[in-house]
Amino acid sequence: MALNRDFLGRSYPSAVPYEVSRVKIREFAAAIGDHSPLYRDREAAVAAGHPDVMAPPTFPIVFSLSGAGEALADPDFGLNYAMVVHGEQRFEYVRPIYAGDVLTCTSTIAEIRSVGRNEFLTVQSDVKTLDGELVCRAYNTIVERGGAAE
Amino acid sequence: MAATVKYDEVEVGQQIPPVEYPVRRVNLVMYAGASGDFNPIHWNERFARAVGLPDVIAHGMFTMAQGGRYVTDWAGDPTAVIDYGVRFSSMVVVPDDEEGATITVSGIVEDKLDGKRVVIALNARSGDARVLSKARAVVQLV
Repeated sequence: MALNRDFLGRSYPSAVPYEVSRVKIREFAAAIGDHSPLYRDREAAVAAGHPDVMAPPTFPIVFSLSGAGEALADPDFGLNYAMVVHGEQRFEYVRPIYAGDVLTCTSTIAEIRSVGRNEFLTVQSDVKTLDGELVCRAYNTIVERGGAAE
Repeated sequence: MAATVKYDEVEVGQQIPPVEYPVRRVNLVMYAGASGDFNPIHWNERFARAVGLPDVIAHGMFTMAQGGRYVTDWAGDPTAVIDYGVRFSSMVVVPDDEEGATITVSGIVEDKLDGKRVVIALNARSGDARVLSKARAVVQLV
């Protein structure tokens, strides 16, 4: 069935702040095959002028959808997760993410559109510090195959 | 804390040499663990075929991450990337053998912006398929 448009504009904050750790950055960098010392060696990062090791560009995917999961799983929303593929992804970085950052994330159902038989859903996630400073904005578009036709 | 590429030495239309990134099943298992995306289509061949896929496929975000590596390696500093977006246009099928799959990323300087920023257009292919489209990164140069 079609996605419930009543969900447009609804926002979902993450339940708890996300603590960015050196260990997680190192694990993520290893998983994407990137062995840059800037991701795994604090001294190398400091020598390059950074306060600590930094997150790779796609790292925010680790935590930026934690709040939206609640909406996507809501039966009233009507999303059949078995038919979902990742359509598009974008990150706008206001400032780098470093180990030691404690970040909140609020995800908003930003857009729902039908394209042919498919439903396109875009979730915008604002990543901020505990002081409210915007760090990164992520746009995640998923495609529910066949969702619009029923 | 800056890119190693100089804005004045970059020209629109300049090609960045392609890089090949191998993908094997173990990489997808590692990525599942690191990212928290345990969708079985990325590690379970039986499940992948049951939902109509040809075989296990890579996470889209794994492919996007390879494009990210390409840009950060070129720029010399991960924090120089200030905007990065892609469309996932085709699957990266990863067979369970010694070769796995290969993602080949190439790039071109598409535009020069104010503030010593450049737009890099990326092309990512696996086999005959273009796996990323509309892939763009904005990079802060010096």
